[in-house]
Amino acid sequence: MNLLLTILVEGLGYASYLFIVSLGLTVIFGVLKILNVAHGAFYAWGAYLCAFLIGEFSTMGVSDLGTMVAIPIAALIVGLILGSAIERTIIKNLYGRDEVLIVLATFGLFLVLEDVILLVFGVDPYFAYQPTYAMPGVQIGGIHQDGYKLSMIVVSLVIGLISWAVLNRTHWGKLVTAIIYDSELAVAMGINVPRVFYTVFVAGAVLGALGGAYIAPTISVAPGFGVEVIVLSFAVVVIGGLGSIPGAAIGALLVGMLRAYAVLQWPEIELFVVYAVMAAVLIFRPEGLFAPAKARKI
Amino acid sequence: MALTSDRTTLGLTVGFVAVALLGVFVLPDWLLNQILVAFSRALAVVGLLVLWRTGLVSFGHALYFGLGAYTVALLGRNYGIGEVLVTLPAATLASALVGFLLGFIVRRYREIFFAMLNLAFSMVLFGILVKTEALGSTDGFNVEQPTLLGIGTDDAAVKLTALFLGVCAIGWLTAVLVHRYLGSILGSLTTAVRDNEIRVEYLGYSAAEAIHGKYVMSAALTGLGGGFMAISLGQVDPESMVNWTVSGELVFVTILSGPGSVAAPFIGSLIFELLRTYAFELVPYAWQLIVGGTLLLIIFFLPGGVWSVLSRLAGRRGVEP
Repeated sequence: MNLLLTILVEGLGYASYLFIVSLGLTVIFGVLKILNVAHGAFYAWGAYLCAFLIGEFSTMGVSDLGTMVAIPIAALIVGLILGSAIERTIIKNLYGRDEVLIVLATFGLFLVLEDVILLVFGVDPYFAYQPTYAMPGVQIGGIHQDGYKLSMIVVSLVIGLISWAVLNRTHWGKLVTAIIYDSELAVAMGINVPRVFYTVFVAGAVLGALGGAYIAPTISVAPGFGVEVIVLSFAVVVIGGLGSIPGAAIGALLVGMLRAYAVLQWPEIELFVVYAVMAAVLIFRPEGLFAPAKARKI
Repeated sequence: MALTSDRTTLGLTVGFVAVALLGVFVLPDWLLNQILVAFSRALAVVGLLVLWRTGLVSFGHALYFGLGAYTVALLGRNYGIGEVLVTLPAATLASALVGFLLGFIVRRYREIFFAMLNLAFSMVLFGILVKTEALGSTDGFNVEQPTLLGIGTDDAAVKLTALFLGVCAIGWLTAVLVHRYLGSILGSLTTAVRDNEIRVEYLGYSAAEAIHGKYVMSAALTGLGGGFMAISLGQVDPESMVNWTVSGELVFVTILSGPGSVAAPFIGSLIFELLRTYAFELVPYAWQLIVGGTLLLIIFFLPGGVWSVLSRLAGRRGVEP
């Protein structure tokens, strides 16, 4: 029972940050039809900037709880500045090109951004544990649970709900849906498609950076750690269905739970269980479990 | 079709003989070693080129590269076999067999799904290798000293020259055969499938079967390349043979070379290898920056790759059989 609970909480914590990152990836794909490998770089940049800011705030005398402000600040800075700069200079010129070529271009971008991190932040790892100290622990079923991890679960739930509400309950969400369905027709209807693309890309970048910023206090932020998350969040969105928000949630939960189970119970399979599931899902449901129905065009 | 391609065959023969002669009589050992490694990778890149002509890019060919490398290494470790006439065909066959089986699945997919499914398969192999002590785990293990017809040598320089000549010969053979294949009716389907699958089906050919064939071929070539790489480096480990970064490198060299000719991968691969050596010496922390930047530049400004520059310099149109 205790083991089950531990797996559940571990898995949920892991799933929640994977969900935030994958949400950004899947929304960008759903609207722009771009599988953005550079998303992993947003994640890494968010983590680095957050860890750096927490360190700075801490030396300025901000309380441990107060340093948590660094998380949204880092996400916004990375998303708004780096995200827009990249959309304006590179992504904008890729719309309508061959899908696979776009993936390769964003892969190139990812490599460049990863190395720029090294040039800016250096090769030494960053530690910023302050926010995890500030959060009180919670006893669940007699087991001590890290309060910070639980806060992550709440935040990801809130973000998921907000995204769903924006897309399904607002005028702006309707515009996005129209573009997903048929972007040419959307242009004909007078929708400013390039602006929506731009906004969605920046929003996705903010989400990617937020995932990184949130995870930063719990790990040592070291070079190359954006690589693992990009491959994992690919697995998440492919399992759930590219472009689907509920799909990203289910995919993240599945991957999170599988990994928590593997880490605790069966470490030999940890590395490939996720990919085996991804392959299985692709074989039986190529579009993913929750892919939005494709508009049939004649 | 086959008759008009004779000029390319002649060009390939002249080119490879020239490289081999230069290698034996002029070039220094370090460059010979670079060419050896570069041509080993080029064999795999020729495999990816065949797929790319069909409009397919695989992000998981490290699966076959690693299979080839580990086949060679395991034959040496478990059975003491270093005979290249056994190990290299075994590597090629093992990869071709796995490619044939997985081909039934991947041939149903196109574009991103094709790329990602391959990635998933390769990561499964990576996960197994890393966690299995019997297969060397993360450290990998050494490759048996290679022999040819039972003859081996401890002289490093002689061994290097022999391997170099071997990779030149196999590279030449591969390039000529693949070129012949691309000129054949089955090979011509590569471009046709990319342009319009439905029309290919109307012509009475099965697009899925055509893709399956090309997939097996690319798997076999990648396995051969991986096997040669294992012998060249003398060591195998998951990180440098099977991880997704290896797939990334293969795709990068494919894009760098360009789809224009079967000779392009050999040139592109050599440029890649030299670039890497010098980049590590000059700017140690900017290797990814260089690779990524080059990739972006090629996609935006040079979609035909290095080959398009060469053919433009030579004042003739790119060879498009």
